[in-house]
Amino acid sequence: MAERTGTVRRVALGLLVPVALLAVWYAVTASGAVPAYQLPAPDAVWRAATDLLTRGELGVHLAISTQRVLVGFVLGAAVGLAVGAAVGLSRLSEQLLAPTLGAIRAVPSLAWVPLLILWLKIGEDSKVTLIAIGAFFPVYTTVSAALRHVDPQLVEAGRAFGRSGVRLLGTVQLPVALPAVVAGLRLALAQAWLFLVAAELIASSMGLGFLLNDSQQNGRVDRILLAIVLLALLGKLTDALIGLAERRLLWHY
Amino acid sequence: MNVDLGSTTGGRQQPALSVALSGVGRTFPTPGGGTREVLREVDLDVRAGEVIALVGPSGCGKSTLLRQISALDAPTTGSVVVDGVPVGPGDLRTAVAFQEPRLLPWRTLTANVAFGLPRGTPKQLGAARVAELLELVGLADSATLRPRQVSGGMAQRTSLARALARAPGVLLLDEPFGALDALTRLRMQDLLLNVHAARPTTVLLVTHDVEEALYLADRVVLLRDLRDSTPEDTSIARIVEVPGDRPRDRADHELTELRAELLEGLGVAAHHTPAQPA
Ligand SMILES: Nc1ncnc2c1ncn2[C@@H]1O[C@H](COP(=O)(O)OP(=O)(O)OP(=O)(O)O)[C@@H](O)[C@H]1O
Ligand SMILES: [Mg+2]
Repeated sequence: MAERTGTVRRVALGLLVPVALLAVWYAVTASGAVPAYQLPAPDAVWRAATDLLTRGELGVHLAISTQRVLVGFVLGAAVGLAVGAAVGLSRLSEQLLAPTLGAIRAVPSLAWVPLLILWLKIGEDSKVTLIAIGAFFPVYTTVSAALRHVDPQLVEAGRAFGRSGVRLLGTVQLPVALPAVVAGLRLALAQAWLFLVAAELIASSMGLGFLLNDSQQNGRVDRILLAIVLLALLGKLTDALIGLAERRLLWHY
Repeated sequence: MNVDLGSTTGGRQQPALSVALSGVGRTFPTPGGGTREVLREVDLDVRAGEVIALVGPSGCGKSTLLRQISALDAPTTGSVVVDGVPVGPGDLRTAVAFQEPRLLPWRTLTANVAFGLPRGTPKQLGAARVAELLELVGLADSATLRPRQVSGGMAQRTSLARALARAPGVLLLDEPFGALDALTRLRMQDLLLNVHAARPTTVLLVTHDVEEALYLADRVVLLRDLRDSTPEDTSIARIVEVPGDRPRDRADHELTELRAELLEGLGVAAHHTPAQPA
């Protein structure tokens, strides 16, 4: 019961600032302090949403963006897990790969776009690849660091009881690193949304990034705001889902 | 106490195995580019089913010696042979309880003990055996707790149960009762003797407690710290046969001299030996 009240309180406190922001937004637009062509009122943004929704466009934008993020995230995270494990567990692969990967990580997301378009054309592949690059690095970094720092005494205990290779990884090393892995996945998902906009800003005809770009060209500030709010909501929603999984996975750590 | 582990092991318990150390030496490189010799020319033949206590000052290489037998480390010189066959990595014939409990923090005590079961143990058999071992070390009520929820002594007993789960031919115990309170310590010593009587196992046990060594062991091996030795010295300072059959009288007068001798070997002045009970 006390836990329940705690949750209610937490949600209420978390909602306080967004609600206040909404009120301020409403106040400054209703009073005419800021002209509508710079900041449309909340209800104008709401109308833009329902309008796009009834025309069936909003659903398409949301669906395609979510799909790109999820596919890119899964691919990038999977490769990040594999490469992170290799670099974290083997000195040789660390010496071989870590410097190069460190340098590649320093490349800003937008810098990849021309190259990806050249190589993979403007279709889905180039976008998903860019998002996968974005999701790869947080997973790779956290997994390799966590595996490198697994308590050697526990690893030795694993070996003493006959675990080696993949079984040692599965029974000792990965479980030890699990909290870090989940944290890395969470970061990666956030990063995937960031890279999504970079991918869709450049060359696309659908998606929230396209909506942003297109609205800018047509001067539809209401739709720009709508896209921003939706990106924030979707990012928060997917993060909350991972957070839920995290709690179930890590409750006994 | 029912200690007939054979009832649920389905004959999986290995027979006690002999251990032969010959010329075992271990030298570690030091950060300065030099070397540090920790073990030198250890020759020791342990009969199958024998209980050996290893005593010696802190840092003399007791844990290092156990690591050679468990094949977690390889000697610089010499060889370690169990039952006529050299030991190798992941050797199923030996099981070790480390000086620290080294439990997996995300697993319950039950799952930690189960970690010690030999690969391929049928599920039901394994579960029964784990439950029995937890009962044996007095942790049946704590089976579902996790290591951070239990005391150091309970963790150490879990670690002992994990080693026993392997049903090894050679049991390697590194100060297994070090973190226990005096009373639990005595109980666990008796438990070990019960386990040993029910299913003979070769036991090599590190301890810094001379009383414990004399109570449990057939022979006590006194190791010396090579840092205070002459170049002719080997790691084993002496081997003492403990007279009489187990279970021994804890206050056996016949052992008084041995006790004084061992304490002296450990660098404790003999006249500090506690007075004998009347
Ligand atoms: N992997 C290693 N590398 C370098 N030196 C080591 C290594 N393992 C052990 N040593 C050294 O070997 C010596 C003996 O260590 P060991 O742990 O065997 O002592 P011990 O007799 O078990 O001591 P204690 O009673 O305190 O547990 C120590 O000086 C230690 O620093
Ligand atoms: Mg030690």
